[in-house]
Amino acid sequence: MGDRTKMERRLALAADRVARYERMVEIRAFEDRVQGLFAEGVVHGTTHTAQGQEAVAVGIAAVARPTDTVTCTYRGHGMGLALGMTPESILGEIMGREMGCIGGIAGSMHLVDKELGLLPTFAIIGAGIPVAAGAALTAQVKGTDDAAIGVFGDGASNIGAFHEGLNLAAIWKLPVVFVCENNQYGEYSRINLTTPIEDLADRAVSYGIPGIMVDGQDPDATVKAVSEALDRARSGEGPTLLEMKTYRYAGHSRADKAEYRPEGEFERWFQRDPINTFRARLESEGLLAEGQADEVDRQVAARIEAAMETVKASPPAGVDAMFRNIYAPV
Amino acid sequence: MARMRMNQAVAAALGDEMRQDPTVVVFGEDVAAAGGPFKTSDGLLEEFGPLRVRDTPISEMGFLGMAVGAAASGLRPVAEIMFIEFLGVALDQVVTEAAKFHFLSNGVFTCPMVVRASVGAGLGFGCQHSQTFENWLNNAPGLKMAVASGPQSAYGLMRSAIRDPNPVVVLEPRALYGGRGPVTRGEEGIIPLGEIARVREGDDVTIVTAGAMLRVAMAAAKSSDNWSAEVIDLQTLIPWDRDAVVSAVRRTGRLVIVEESPYTSGWGTEISAYVGSRLFGELKAPVLRVTCPDVPVPFGRELELRYMPNKEYVTDQIDQLMATGRVPEPWWVGEGSRV
Ligand SMILES: Cc1ncc(C[n+]2csc(CCOP(=O)(O)OP(=O)(O)O)c2C)c(N)n1
Ligand SMILES: [Mg+2]
Repeated sequence: MGDRTKMERRLALAADRVARYERMVEIRAFEDRVQGLFAEGVVHGTTHTAQGQEAVAVGIAAVARPTDTVTCTYRGHGMGLALGMTPESILGEIMGREMGCIGGIAGSMHLVDKELGLLPTFAIIGAGIPVAAGAALTAQVKGTDDAAIGVFGDGASNIGAFHEGLNLAAIWKLPVVFVCENNQYGEYSRINLTTPIEDLADRAVSYGIPGIMVDGQDPDATVKAVSEALDRARSGEGPTLLEMKTYRYAGHSRADKAEYRPEGEFERWFQRDPINTFRARLESEGLLAEGQADEVDRQVAARIEAAMETVKASPPAGVDAMFRNIYAPV
Repeated sequence: MARMRMNQAVAAALGDEMRQDPTVVVFGEDVAAAGGPFKTSDGLLEEFGPLRVRDTPISEMGFLGMAVGAAASGLRPVAEIMFIEFLGVALDQVVTEAAKFHFLSNGVFTCPMVVRASVGAGLGFGCQHSQTFENWLNNAPGLKMAVASGPQSAYGLMRSAIRDPNPVVVLEPRALYGGRGPVTRGEEGIIPLGEIARVREGDDVTIVTAGAMLRVAMAAAKSSDNWSAEVIDLQTLIPWDRDAVVSAVRRTGRLVIVEESPYTSGWGTEISAYVGSRLFGELKAPVLRVTCPDVPVPFGRELELRYMPNKEYVTDQIDQLMATGRVPEPWWVGEGSRV
């Protein structure tokens, strides 16, 4: 998997469940490594990792076309890798290197990749939701059959932009899929402390669009749900809200040890770890041979280490980077 | 007098005010059970209970609107905006609703609410979590705005802000939360809004600054043998103490403003324009503003340190001002900046 281009990485997910498995392993290993970097204090600032949520990102990337538009949040490394971004371009950004996807000027919360359809990720809660609807408006006006996917957290379903964005998309039947990654927490607050309903998919009712609950720990389920919602979007029937039930294994951000979690909660979710369960399924279906998964683990670890070495040896963003790209040339 | 960190001083001010005034309530994201993302409300839930100390959903427009309604009907809410950028989704309630309530009610309603927001660069949070944005707020008559520059300042300004019958935004430079200093609590520790603090005496130049730039300005002032600088912590940006600043500058004949914000339309432009026009003909040098460049805040330690005015840069700018009597070019001219 070493020298694949990002587009090959993206397209690999479309047909091949083993490739999806590998990507989930890659995301997990990447995020663990990033967390380690921050814990060692090698990197300035903060980071938000997505261990436990791999099946959501991979489910989206496996069915979205590169010409579709994706908006996502500061918790975006997994989404970026799933869409095909290389570990180097993300790590480079996290570590402030020229080779980062924004030239190392923006840091962990900000990723972008136009060819893969990823708009600059949003560090303001809810901001990406109406923006996804806007990208869908472009597809509608231009008459393409592209669609948009807006990815956001459970906590974001309490901000105005969520409600305004869904309503607008619904009345105009825009080709957009709203994916709520319900990882049970917004920062340090459990979702039930900030939200009076259990299933966020229910919020779709007031916008007259389908609201579907999805097992966010099962990549086959996420692929199916996104695929159906995208079909609906492309055929002019309008938006869908998908609530993917998942779990954030790490704390909210670098500094958070997640001590507010009830005892046993992590362990319960870990029993349905998306990587472990998918591995077992692929093995029982004969798609992963005995020992192959271990080999994937080794290859991924080596790949991440190699990316780490490359990035560490690469030059940091220079002062001139600060002055670039502030205004587009007229 | 206890030594405490600035975040503890904020919590102390909130607690002291809540103890005296049962109408003071505190809310925001993760301010209650977690004691605040920056621990600026640590212990308040335990002491004052969930009726008065509340965690909100991520709904800034909603909870700032609630602050307006609560303030107009008898409470003194203190709402936290975790990073000033998040005020963007709720600005209406502050600058157009709260700030106009008194005016729009013939002086009958008041809106005694406080919005606390962390601001500023220096911690590697990138361009959507590092701005200061005073200028979202300094052109909205009816609103007051103060900026903390350390533990005592945070304590004293917060208590005044809560007691003030008007909506007040208190900006807290995030990079200062961990810094310790002595704090006088109680009535003696309260800092009135609208007054400057003269932090250092000097004869050749008056440095006016606020927030996180106070320590930079102080370091520059202390390090120079070529000139002696008076340093003024503005403390309240709206309404600022015009008379005190003008009389200080009249004495030294030179005004240098040190700001942590982009050059264009930073809060110092107002100070510069006012003092420059009042003291036209009396100044020994043009007004100098030392600011950040007109760029989004960069991530990465080296770049971020470069972005913000630092001791060496402030010293060098003032050296040049003293030597030439002219405003020197900022550092970014010749560094690739086209602005
Ligand atoms: C408007 C706004 N308010 C608050 C924040 C601070 N904040 C960053 S992440 C976060 C929690 C978001 O929770 P959720 O939407 O569930 O996403 P998750 O972090 O779990 O992926 C908060 C409150 C922000 N970035 N923007
Ligand atoms: Mg969440």
